[in-house]
Amino acid sequence: MASYWNRNPIRVFVFLILTVFVVVRSNIPSTPGEGAEERRWEASQVGDVDPGMSVAPPHPHTNTDSFQEELVVRPLHSGDIYASFQFRTVWEADFSRGNKVSHYQLFPKSLGQVISKFSVRELHISFTQGYWRTMQWGQPFLPSPPGAELWVWFQDSVTDVDGTWKELTNVLSGIFCASLNFIDSTNTVQPSAAFKPLGVGNVTDHRFLRYATLPREIVCTENLTPWKKLLPCGSKAGLAVLLKSEKLFHSSFHSQAVHIRPICQDQRCKSTSLELRQTLNAVFDLHTSGQAKREWSLFKMFSRTLTEACPLASSSKIYIDITDNSQGEQFELSPASSLLSQAVVLGDRRTFSVYDLTDQATFGSTLSPFDKKWQYPIGDMLRPLLHAERYVAGYGLQTGEIHTVMYNHHPYRSFPVLLLDSVPWYLRLYIHTLTVTSKGKENKPSYIHYQPSKDRLRPHLLEMLVQLPPNSATEVTVEFERALLKWTEYTPDPNHGFYVGSSVISSLVPSTVATNTSITQEQPLFSSFFPCKEELSYFVRVYTEPLLVNLPTPDFSMPYNVICLTCTVVAVGYGSLYNLLTRSFQIEEPSPGLAKRIANVIRRMRGVPPL
Amino acid sequence: MAVTEVERRRGKLAALSIAAMVILVGVPLWWKTTQTYRAWLPVAQINELAKLQLQLSADVEVVFARGTATPEQQKKVPVTQTQDEDHAVDEDTTLRYRHETRYRTATVMEEDALKQPTAAEADLSLHRLSESPCGSLVIYVIPESSSLLPENVNVYIGQRRTALLRIGAQMKVGKTLKQLLAHLEPRVKQILQVMSFSHNDITAALSDRVRFSPDNKESIADSMRAFKSSPGYEITFSLLNPDPKSHRLHWDIEGAVQTYIQPLLTKLSPVANFSLDSQILYYAMLGVNPRYDSSRSAYILNADSLAHVINPVEARLGSNAASSNPVLNFLLYVPDAHHSPLYIHDHKKREVQTNAFHSPRWGGIMVYNVNGFYQTGTNFPVDVNINMAKVMGVFLAQLRLLLGVQSTAPPSSFQVAPCGSSGLADWELDRLMWSRSVENVATATTTITSLAQLLDQIGNIVINDNIAQQVSSAVTSLQLAVAELEVGNLGFALQYSKEAILASEKAFFDPSLLHLLYFPDDQKFAIYIPLFLPMCVPILLSLLKIVSEVRQRRREKQAKKD
Repeated sequence: MASYWNRNPIRVFVFLILTVFVVVRSNIPSTPGEGAEERRWEASQVGDVDPGMSVAPPHPHTNTDSFQEELVVRPLHSGDIYASFQFRTVWEADFSRGNKVSHYQLFPKSLGQVISKFSVRELHISFTQGYWRTMQWGQPFLPSPPGAELWVWFQDSVTDVDGTWKELTNVLSGIFCASLNFIDSTNTVQPSAAFKPLGVGNVTDHRFLRYATLPREIVCTENLTPWKKLLPCGSKAGLAVLLKSEKLFHSSFHSQAVHIRPICQDQRCKSTSLELRQTLNAVFDLHTSGQAKREWSLFKMFSRTLTEACPLASSSKIYIDITDNSQGEQFELSPASSLLSQAVVLGDRRTFSVYDLTDQATFGSTLSPFDKKWQYPIGDMLRPLLHAERYVAGYGLQTGEIHTVMYNHHPYRSFPVLLLDSVPWYLRLYIHTLTVTSKGKENKPSYIHYQPSKDRLRPHLLEMLVQLPPNSATEVTVEFERALLKWTEYTPDPNHGFYVGSSVISSLVPSTVATNTSITQEQPLFSSFFPCKEELSYFVRVYTEPLLVNLPTPDFSMPYNVICLTCTVVAVGYGSLYNLLTRSFQIEEPSPGLAKRIANVIRRMRGVPPL
Repeated sequence: MAVTEVERRRGKLAALSIAAMVILVGVPLWWKTTQTYRAWLPVAQINELAKLQLQLSADVEVVFARGTATPEQQKKVPVTQTQDEDHAVDEDTTLRYRHETRYRTATVMEEDALKQPTAAEADLSLHRLSESPCGSLVIYVIPESSSLLPENVNVYIGQRRTALLRIGAQMKVGKTLKQLLAHLEPRVKQILQVMSFSHNDITAALSDRVRFSPDNKESIADSMRAFKSSPGYEITFSLLNPDPKSHRLHWDIEGAVQTYIQPLLTKLSPVANFSLDSQILYYAMLGVNPRYDSSRSAYILNADSLAHVINPVEARLGSNAASSNPVLNFLLYVPDAHHSPLYIHDHKKREVQTNAFHSPRWGGIMVYNVNGFYQTGTNFPVDVNINMAKVMGVFLAQLRLLLGVQSTAPPSSFQVAPCGSSGLADWELDRLMWSRSVENVATATTTITSLAQLLDQIGNIVINDNIAQQVSSAVTSLQLAVAELEVGNLGFALQYSKEAILASEKAFFDPSLLHLLYFPDDQKFAIYIPLFLPMCVPILLSLLKIVSEVRQRRREKQAKKD
């Protein structure tokens, strides 16, 4: 109760101040009828103000933007369905010239303005609800950590990167209705190796890179709506019609992301264009939502059906992963598609059944193109080669130990991984206790980059390059001490614990299947995000679970109690001192005892002088 | 007994010295450590600004061409003449308009310029001769016989800061100079009403400061149409294509902006900074369903329903994330194939010629019908090239209105030159600058005075040095702006008033003013009581005791004396 005593009045008072503010502001005389209540609508009259110039001959404007949309549906071995949307808008704009007037066609204006104002070179932002279970579901097409993640490469013309970053996070927070404004210097790091630019460009000076995660961020409808607004067709046509929030958020995993990067316009890469990729991944647990029936269809997953492709899209396709279903033993597709496509995704050759939505015949007679009966999968899933997990060990509220375990499931190849850990300052890492062991032996990292934290200023940053031996588990442990926070630094629910963002493990994993490295060939969007330079390995980024760490939490009535107690102690001490100083002490004659007094009374009654 | 007396004296001295310590050291220390930091503010100057006395001065030059005044009259012409006009707008705001009129005769070169065949050419060559400074005017009095002006036109207002005034027929040579000047004066005044500041404009600009009783609806609508003065504006052109399946729209916005909008904005650059962008929005619908009119086989939007048109579109327009300046929206709406053609009807149920309307302080919308592109047997989508000249003519007119370039109807005998390629005459810019300066001054003074009032009322608010600095610079800029207006340096006045408004807003909206560290007094004392009560009670009690003892002793002494 006492904690409320201490906190609520402050809020009440702030409110009071605000009211006073409003009152004072409204004392200003204003025009009658000013404000939102009346907007007069008037017909425009064009008088002689028309400049009367010669009518410019209208010439067809070449449409330089392009838009693609794509949905991949993959039945997972756990019985869940993985749906992955990708929308790609390419804007052939040159930002290096710095021209002021900006004209947008398919590219959203709000993002374009942000990019040009803050000189952003690459921007990657993701909002995720739930944790991707790599061991059950395999690798996702685009990984993302729980909560919000934002990493930005700025142009090398930016002088005050930290200031720009702060402003940018505030603006993005407004655009995506998310609490990205909580990103400050205490949760921002500059990774030196783990996050390389994904687009073209040779700037790799990590002074221009900022990376931050908010593992506590909760993703919901209010983040989806602005995300959908960035699509040229909105949610009115095309695949985005399926994105209905009540179904999307009733899923085991939901992740939406925006990636902006410069890409080559053509093979010779003389000029660049800006690519905006909006991805949305969801894993549906149809067993619980479908009354224990394992049937699935687009309608059951999204409670919508497709009627048309987005008319602005140059390609609009649905891919159904039928690798495990080559003979139709697990599910049937209706209507069946004759078009098959093979693609190498994450070191695995997959077969997809392709539906082209720009082809009117796809929709056919039935409105629901996919209706499938499901049987439990037979056979084992290909185990992901790289996998990681993390936990906090130790007891008590003073010290603890962070364990990060990385698994290499490759039977005979070892490969290096880059581990990035960003730990908030209130967990004080004892970096001398850092140990890396694999198979019971010490595994010395070949590269370690450690930036110690500064209290209330910046987090710990730990990056290292570790070689993972084949078929092994490598454990990285580091001890930490929990710091005491100031009482205003605690969250409103401090006993819930404090989140520590996921570790990021990036690696080039050796692959048995050759990946197509040429960029000329038209590839499905889901397999063409990470640039691939080598044929026999593929890039994987794995995020571990975020940690939830309990910090010593004080009783929040403490400040008031302490004030009262201290005051009382001071008052008592002061009182006795005061008494000692001001009172005069003198020896008093001891007063006569009770017997003597009674005797005296009796003697007085008898008329005898008292004792 | 002597020992106890000494003891008692010592006790008394101890009590007194402790009380003295508490009062001399403790209380000031407590006061100092719990005090909020409040930097010094120029309160006296702010209070001075609360009473605003604005004086607007404009220089007017009246030039007599040959044949309008006799040489004797020309000699006697007074060099300058000052006319003051005082208005008390309300008890705190007074206005004074001062026109300093200078009379002179035309130079030889000016005479040559006035011999040009048309008024427009004369205007141009006069402009080449000399450029009059911002805010001033030159009126050329030309003889009645001059062929520059058509028969029924007496006054020609040029594109720059010059006007040609034809002298009346009754003012033949031979009248006295007094009569001549008396004849000219009302006409000059009329010209000034059109070309320089008018009382209506200025009072409208003061609307932030002064509450007006609504006298007529029309003037309120006029005053509310334009955007508030702001150091910058964002202009956004949006092409709304609700039906991308049927229409593939192409608009050359880049070229159109360069040709039509940019010259105007370049001209307006002293008033504010402008940034331009454009976007295309697909599937953006209007908020109302238009009514089908079978007699015309067209869809009709009534003026009453226009208010509901914008709201659903506005959600899609998006605010400018990268700046906080007000946004002017210009929407070009191409109705979908099933609701086409679409026409806007005004309150009198007549078709609006331009098929466009604007909303005060928001922007404009134009409906662009593309039925001409449908031919029998065309298959959708249809490629449509939008005629940007037609569109930009409408948007330019709306932009002028929304920016507050007033086009008050001049008297019938006036001829106003069509504005040139920039879309704005110099004197129109001057008018805008006058009213913007006054508006900025009015807004900045109200902001600063209300901030001072707020800080005065809540003593707990921390006033940091940067706020004090902003306030002082706002006050200085305001004083400078007022002084420049008084002298008639319009350009500087606007510049200073803009600085004032920026500084005052920055001070008013500084987040440090709303810091979370204010506690109400009763709660502060609830925390202090456990310390103060046990400390103060013994001190008070012993002080009382000493006082009563002293009194007692005095009484005893008195008794002894008696």
